[in-house]
Amino acid sequence: MAAPIDLHEVAEREREEQFRTPLRVHVCHSTSCATAGSGAVLQAARDLAEGDLASSVAVSPTGCMGLCSAGPLLRVVERGGGQHDYHHVTGAAAERIVRHHADRGAAVPEHRLDTALPFFARQHRVVLANAGEIDPDRIESYVAHGGYAALERALTSMTPEDVLDQVRRSRLRGRGGAGYPTANKWALLAAAPGPVKYVVANGDEGDPGAYMDRTIMEDDPHRVLEGIALAAYATGARHAYIYVRAEYPRAVERLDRAIKVARRNRLLGRRILDTDVDLDIEIRIGAGAFVCGEETALLASIEGRRGTPRLRPPYPTERGLFGAPTMINNVETLANIAPIVANGGDWFASIGTPGSTGTKVFALAGDLVNTGLIEVPMGTTLRDIVEDIGGGMTEGHTFKAAQTGGPSGGCIPARYLDTPVDYDSLRALGSIMGSGGLIVMDDRTRMPDVARFFMEFSKDESCGACAPCRAGTVQMHHLLTTISSGRGRRRDLRDLEHLCAVVRDTSLCGLGQTAPNPVLSTLQYFRDEYEALIAPAEGGHG
Amino acid sequence: MAERVPTVPITIDGVEMEATAGETVLQCARRHGVDIPSLCFLEGLSPVGGCRLCVVEVAEDLRLRPACATTVTSDMEVTTQSSRLRSYRRSILELLFAEGNHVCAVCVSNGACELQDVAVRCGMDHVRYELQAPRRRVDASHPRYVFDPNRCILCTRCVRVCDEIEGAHVWDVAHRGHGAELVTDLHRPWGESTSCTWCGKCVASCPTGALSHQGSSVGEMRHTPDMIAWLVAARRREWTEREARR
Ligand SMILES: Cc1cc2nc3c(=O)[nH]c(=O)nc-3n(C[C@H](O)[C@H](O)[C@H](O)COP(=O)(O)O)c2cc1C
Ligand code: FES
Repeated sequence: MAAPIDLHEVAEREREEQFRTPLRVHVCHSTSCATAGSGAVLQAARDLAEGDLASSVAVSPTGCMGLCSAGPLLRVVERGGGQHDYHHVTGAAAERIVRHHADRGAAVPEHRLDTALPFFARQHRVVLANAGEIDPDRIESYVAHGGYAALERALTSMTPEDVLDQVRRSRLRGRGGAGYPTANKWALLAAAPGPVKYVVANGDEGDPGAYMDRTIMEDDPHRVLEGIALAAYATGARHAYIYVRAEYPRAVERLDRAIKVARRNRLLGRRILDTDVDLDIEIRIGAGAFVCGEETALLASIEGRRGTPRLRPPYPTERGLFGAPTMINNVETLANIAPIVANGGDWFASIGTPGSTGTKVFALAGDLVNTGLIEVPMGTTLRDIVEDIGGGMTEGHTFKAAQTGGPSGGCIPARYLDTPVDYDSLRALGSIMGSGGLIVMDDRTRMPDVARFFMEFSKDESCGACAPCRAGTVQMHHLLTTISSGRGRRRDLRDLEHLCAVVRDTSLCGLGQTAPNPVLSTLQYFRDEYEALIAPAEGGHG
Repeated sequence: MAERVPTVPITIDGVEMEATAGETVLQCARRHGVDIPSLCFLEGLSPVGGCRLCVVEVAEDLRLRPACATTVTSDMEVTTQSSRLRSYRRSILELLFAEGNHVCAVCVSNGACELQDVAVRCGMDHVRYELQAPRRRVDASHPRYVFDPNRCILCTRCVRVCDEIEGAHVWDVAHRGHGAELVTDLHRPWGESTSCTWCGKCVASCPTGALSHQGSSVGEMRHTPDMIAWLVAARRREWTEREARR
């Protein structure tokens, strides 16, 4: 058995390496920037670093820097600590920018991104702390940023109960949608009889437009592994799975590589870091059905069966994977664990609000000036997110609604812009936190169309096992289509509202139970738009 | 002497009764003559809670519970009839009728159909929703049986009986949502199935005219779903007796 990694030494070496050159160039090579052409940027920067600027410039690809709408992004970091960010960078621009920095020691005005912008200044990065900083493919890079220190500390100087206690103090709630207190779930698994138990990381991320979990897995895979390892240690599990959808090949590839490297370094496998703790992590690739993100469907899928939810109870912590006690945690939930163990649960609980601690990552999308991946403390108001971070609506348009929670969530109108974004406030407004999709819509949006869009999604993603969800979503979609097209009658609106109640209250799993939410919330806040579409002969307004 | 089975007190629709520990709300209600409509449930098979017709209100529980899959607990207060439940059940039935081609007048099971019976009992007399009028291919390739997917309500009784009782697992569900359908073997015609034992339990269990005997004419098909419970009971008794003899 190889000797375990010496975290301290690796971190030292890596930091020295970082100070070898006066300049370091970070190129965002996350999926969004890669699509926008960061490959050419990276190549141009590398050509310089391997050519005449070899002694002064080092180049590293990194994870998502956040402002995806302005990619490809490039960051120049000076040995003294100075940092300069650039947007919409091309290969040619990268060469100009890097040369200018190297030759004159000064920033270039074109493409310059102001990091004092509220987009950056208002964010608080815990989960995404390493994104834009580390090279996801190099464990040394993660270790140099404090990676695996929490695991080492836990295994060498904390009992499983100590780890659980820090999570309890953090009051972390699950980021997969429902917001269940994470420590309660862990305690259930810890109390379940062994020896066979499982921890499962849910990286299915099916909400349309959401890419928080993908980014975490792609850009900081070791953080996910460390979170899983801490969860397994705290609960006594010796085997874990990461469930990732097949549409995320980069995440699969990076996690796979990270697992191999971690095993080689004795951070996973038998006798981790020479302690008597064992843990193995396997990746399971899903076929991309939204319903497979539901925990019991996910377990069926891992077992090789059809991904259909089953009745609960029994809950997975009683009878889960292959009949053994199992705990399912969302990827972002797990990404919070290493910082909690490293800095203490109280530190985490001091961020956010008392009922919703910590931060939340959102995929900010829609009719805003700035869109991308953001991380804010819980309790930040929608207005701050829309106006400060998002930079307001695009020229000439006004805010109409913010949609959270994807197909299971709802739309929040302008009069609630000052609502703090936390689990309970959003629920009180008829929406949900969801996993982090946040779509901002302007005055051009027709709300019944929004409801119809999400209903089409739910209709196509229903598993078909229970009648109300399978057949009810089809009928609700049909009614919404009729109403949107202006052919609807008053009776259709009545039938629609009734079906919302039937499907919400009688469906077997969360998919059906929440599928009516986009309709119910748009009816609650934008009823006049539906009324206006009802044919005039039928007594509508329009 | 019969063993004494522990009982727990529960209240169903305001009436106090003794439930057998471990039984479901549906079983307890039926033993006491309380009618809770059901379709996917079949005594002898594992419950899946898919049709949702049997949903009931349980005091202090915000969610409705499927009676077929909810185990009784001591002092549970269950409501099986309320205007909300009745209206939900009617809607679910309407959704099922709109989803398939349930034209009783030309169906082999007319007059002896559980879907039809439940609809009558629940007072469903019209369908508010758009008829989906599917055109699914009938599989008459089996020498003895016929499968008409247009009359299928995806209760999965056939899937479960074939898997759990016969042990052949010929049937399963393919695709999802509104595209979900029953398939035999790896989606091959039933008549070509190499795993089908021709036992006919799937046909016996079917609550509608989806599975029938070859040659049945309108209204001629009689299913015998109760047979499954007898079979299970008989097997269990045989086991107990064998165990006793050992
Ligand atoms: C239809 C449906 C889809 C879901 N999809 C996801 C998903 O993609 N990712 C996820 O983490 N949780 C998803 N969930 C929630 C999971 O069932 C589960 O609650 C969650 O993974 C638990 O992790 P947490 O406690 O860390 O939030 C979904 C739930 C439903 C009903
Ligand atoms: S009989 Fe209970 S859900 Fe179908």
